[in-house]
Amino acid sequence: MYDVLRRNRNLELLGIILIGILIVVVLPLALDIFRLNLVGKYLTYAFVAVGLVLCWGHTGILSLGQGVFFGLGGYCMAMYLKLEASTPEATKIQSTPGIPDFMDWNQLTELPHFWVPFQSLPLALIAVFAVPVLIAFILGYALFKRRVGGVYFAIITQALAAVLTILIIGRQDFTGGINGITDLRTLLGWDIRTDSAKYILYFVCCFALLGSMLLARQVIASKLGRILIAVRDKEERVRFSGYDPALFKVFVFCFAAAVAALGGAMFTLQVGFMSPSFVGIVPSIEMVIFCAVGGRHSVVGAVTGTLLVNWGKTVFSESFPELWLFAMGGLFIAVVLAFPRGLAGLFTDQLLPLINRKSGGKHTGVTPVLAE
Amino acid sequence: MSSDNKKPGVWDFQSPTRRQLLIGTAALGAAAMLPRGAWAQAFPTSAVNTTGLAVTDTEVTVGILHSVTGTMAISETGSVQAEKLAIAQINAAGGVLGRQIKFIQEDGASDWPTFAEKAKKLLVKDKCASVMGCWTSASRKAVLPVFEQYNGMLYYPTFYEGLEQSKNVIYTGQEATQQIIAGLDWVVKEKGAKSFYLLGSDYIWPRTSNKIARKHIENFLKLKVVGEEYFPLGHTQFNSVINKLKLTRPDVIYAIIVGGSNVAFYKQLKAAGIDLTKQTLVTISVTEDEILGIGGENIVGAYACMKYFQSLDNPNNKAFVSEFKKMWGAETVIGDVTQAAYLGPWLWKLTVEKAGSFDVDKVAAASPGIEFKGAPEGYVRIHENHHLWSKTRVGLARLDGQYDVVYETADLMEPNPFPKGYQ
Amino acid sequence: MFMEYSLGDLGSIFAMQAFAGLILFSVYLLMALGLAIIFGQMNVINMAHGEFMILGAYMTYLCSHLFQTYAPGLYDGYFFVAMTVAFIVSGGLGLIVEWLLIRHLYSRPLDTLLATWGLSLIMQQTFRSIFGAREVGVELPAWMMGSLPVTGSIEVQINGLFVMALTLFITGIVALLMFRSRWGLQVRAVLSNRVMAGAAGVNTQRVDRLTFGLGCGIAGIAGSAFTMIGSTGPTAGQLYIVDTFLVVVFGGAQSLLGTVFSALSISQSQSVMEFFMSGSMAKVITLLFVIGLLMLRPQGLFVLKIRK
Repeated sequence: MYDVLRRNRNLELLGIILIGILIVVVLPLALDIFRLNLVGKYLTYAFVAVGLVLCWGHTGILSLGQGVFFGLGGYCMAMYLKLEASTPEATKIQSTPGIPDFMDWNQLTELPHFWVPFQSLPLALIAVFAVPVLIAFILGYALFKRRVGGVYFAIITQALAAVLTILIIGRQDFTGGINGITDLRTLLGWDIRTDSAKYILYFVCCFALLGSMLLARQVIASKLGRILIAVRDKEERVRFSGYDPALFKVFVFCFAAAVAALGGAMFTLQVGFMSPSFVGIVPSIEMVIFCAVGGRHSVVGAVTGTLLVNWGKTVFSESFPELWLFAMGGLFIAVVLAFPRGLAGLFTDQLLPLINRKSGGKHTGVTPVLAE
Repeated sequence: MSSDNKKPGVWDFQSPTRRQLLIGTAALGAAAMLPRGAWAQAFPTSAVNTTGLAVTDTEVTVGILHSVTGTMAISETGSVQAEKLAIAQINAAGGVLGRQIKFIQEDGASDWPTFAEKAKKLLVKDKCASVMGCWTSASRKAVLPVFEQYNGMLYYPTFYEGLEQSKNVIYTGQEATQQIIAGLDWVVKEKGAKSFYLLGSDYIWPRTSNKIARKHIENFLKLKVVGEEYFPLGHTQFNSVINKLKLTRPDVIYAIIVGGSNVAFYKQLKAAGIDLTKQTLVTISVTEDEILGIGGENIVGAYACMKYFQSLDNPNNKAFVSEFKKMWGAETVIGDVTQAAYLGPWLWKLTVEKAGSFDVDKVAAASPGIEFKGAPEGYVRIHENHHLWSKTRVGLARLDGQYDVVYETADLMEPNPFPKGYQ
Repeated sequence: MFMEYSLGDLGSIFAMQAFAGLILFSVYLLMALGLAIIFGQMNVINMAHGEFMILGAYMTYLCSHLFQTYAPGLYDGYFFVAMTVAFIVSGGLGLIVEWLLIRHLYSRPLDTLLATWGLSLIMQQTFRSIFGAREVGVELPAWMMGSLPVTGSIEVQINGLFVMALTLFITGIVALLMFRSRWGLQVRAVLSNRVMAGAAGVNTQRVDRLTFGLGCGIAGIAGSAFTMIGSTGPTAGQLYIVDTFLVVVFGGAQSLLGTVFSALSISQSQSVMEFFMSGSMAKVITLLFVIGLLMLRPQGLFVLKIRK
């Protein structure tokens, strides 16, 4: 038993290293900066998927509103960058120089109060994590303490996504509305739109992602991870054993929110804008699908799934836009029906035993505990 | 895709010259039989394309960037059709500077980051000489930094809220003041309207437009606005506001509702017994395309302020409508944005020919003053602010989904994207 | 604001606003009924519910065209035929979907969420491919348009009355089925204790299939009714799902009464607030109100005590 655990951990670690080599070495050499920037964008979605591995795969909490946290993290970063791009000389043609362009069109004459802290980078960085985690904490605590879970929780996260979308789009003077916050230029004076900047941001994103993956894996492999799985499978017994499942659920939900927010901030940096189209229900569900396709029990799988599905989307939507939606719908159904543990599951359940048998049965296939 | 992507400076000056010499001698005989070829030779690629765009001696590449899938596909289909028609017509007439237009079409999928991504692809990888694209302001805002960074040229067809001006965009649709002011003046004069109720979907275009409308009504016309309400995109139940309308009985309902909400609103309005032939309703968001979904019987009697209606009675439009229907089917309808999209390739062609070059900087510099007399709406001219001088028209919705044009401004309205006194 | 109106006028205002609230209530209830049945019975949230509604709407569109070309004399009555067709087609598709897809996933409710989302994408694209990306207009027979003047200043929309009558009828039928029919008995048995019900001889698979089909059929009727008040396009189904889910979850999954009360409270709060503030803020506050209440009472308004 201990052997199985140990080998399982090593496999994950190996997978993370392989992914690391892929995104840090192979892809930058193989792709031009345009495609690489696209990969960087996919990697930011992978952050959300990593969070979902912990939150959904290991604890059984399905959140259909991760876009909320992704968007909040992204907006916090965007607010800082927008303020930096709206210096008085850059905006001298406006009727009120020194404030973002969309505020000027809405006849605001000064920065709204909640924007003022975002003039400082440290505060903005803190906000990137603090705001989503705070909301996750409030929602999680209120719901998990009352033992709400499963489908109910998923629907409530959907409602939250809907609420935030309406609020952002409606308050266009505060948030840029449906257009989002666009035209971001520099970070502390460094132009983020140049090719060299895109390369650097890509690598920063890669390392942040790898760091998140390692952190998630650490949680999974620790005693905390065992408790999470227990909470997912037999919550009542965990309660009877003296633990409070609610606290664990809150923790893991906040962790997922924090990781998603980091992804959102990286997205803003790499793509150069943030809009409410990432906050809503549809993108949130898509992020869940990336995780599902790759394997919700494995961080390696989640990242792989994200890369594959997004790459497929770009390739197919260029050539067969109509077919692509059929394919994506079909993919969801296939993943759920045929390989619910995703590609990672296919690997560990089918491929690995095959390899082991061929190599003389030296290692046994790893089958992590799972009830769903 | 083009093969002539040579960067300036890394160039062999010998071969084009040698080519010209050789062909020049044969040109005398060939000129009469191949006017296009000779025309292209009069504008050698080396001279007309100094920035590495996708231009060869026979072809120039432009991009089409609209949503083919997703929620916006409904609206953007017409624009794509119009642009393809214009390109086909230009090619049949000899192309641009003797070169046939080849287009690369990308799908924005109603997703703004996808628009930005595809815009970058069209400019950086495909090196399009110009791009016809976008529909919503959000998509335009997302691609604007891309066009400015990579120095592309976008022809944007939708009527919008203004508050923008860029060297890299030509706005072939009306901006808000062009759509709103003349229409309001007309309804006050014709209907003696004194009170207005402003409605809109909750995002930037209706809010900005209603702000302009309110300023005009209150400050210039000295009349009353008795209500102003906004509904989230996708909202479908309007009974509360319809009750308010019944109670306040405004002389004019000024409605800027978009998308699926449009259909719900007009159906519910009709069901509540508000007869638009008796209650004046003015809208700036319902074209012939939208009426397909709403149903002519639900909106008959409403007035719309556009610069173009399919029923416009002039020779340009008659030819345009018949060509459009021939290419895309007799059942198609043509709304204001579709016509504006049609203007894009033509304006680009005229500008390129005046500039004598495909280079974006030269095209941008040559744009102000470009006139297009063959426009289905009659006549347009590009302003220094890259918007179009065009007339405002008011149409009365008919049962069959078409509009009767009841008013047309005598002069062209000047585009004013940053209107003072209206903000 | 109220000072400008006479007492009589104020009375009319409230009457008409109450009526608007009732119409909204009927709309929400009709939307949610189909889903509530499925959710209560099988703990399955069908994310493609909106698309089943739109399927009903498209069937209505086809019927309207068929009648216009082949039986214009009977056009006035076509709507009832259209609703029946919508019920049969949506219900039939529901049966097929349950058999192909849902029955494999009963132990995994969260996965059905995802699978049905995939289904909704496929259905949307199918609509787009067959009917085009644009919205289609469905013409109503003349007697369904317009409004009836009840008093001098109060008018009620005919289609509002129609929707309310339809909702009443459907709710009544469902209640009858649930509490008076053999099938309803089986449904309630499976609800209380699936294993025992199976042991007692109830064919749980068939019950589930019929329930899912019925829920989808009701969705089809709702979509058909909504052609009177809303748009019909490939993505129109998305407009309804959030509200529908909230009504169902708020009501407490396993209770029909809960769904009714939930639809009533959500619709009334939204309708009243819309009168006093803009549509957006009303929607946001309603949603936050529901989320807040669910945080306090997460099992919803009405809960059946179940011994599992």
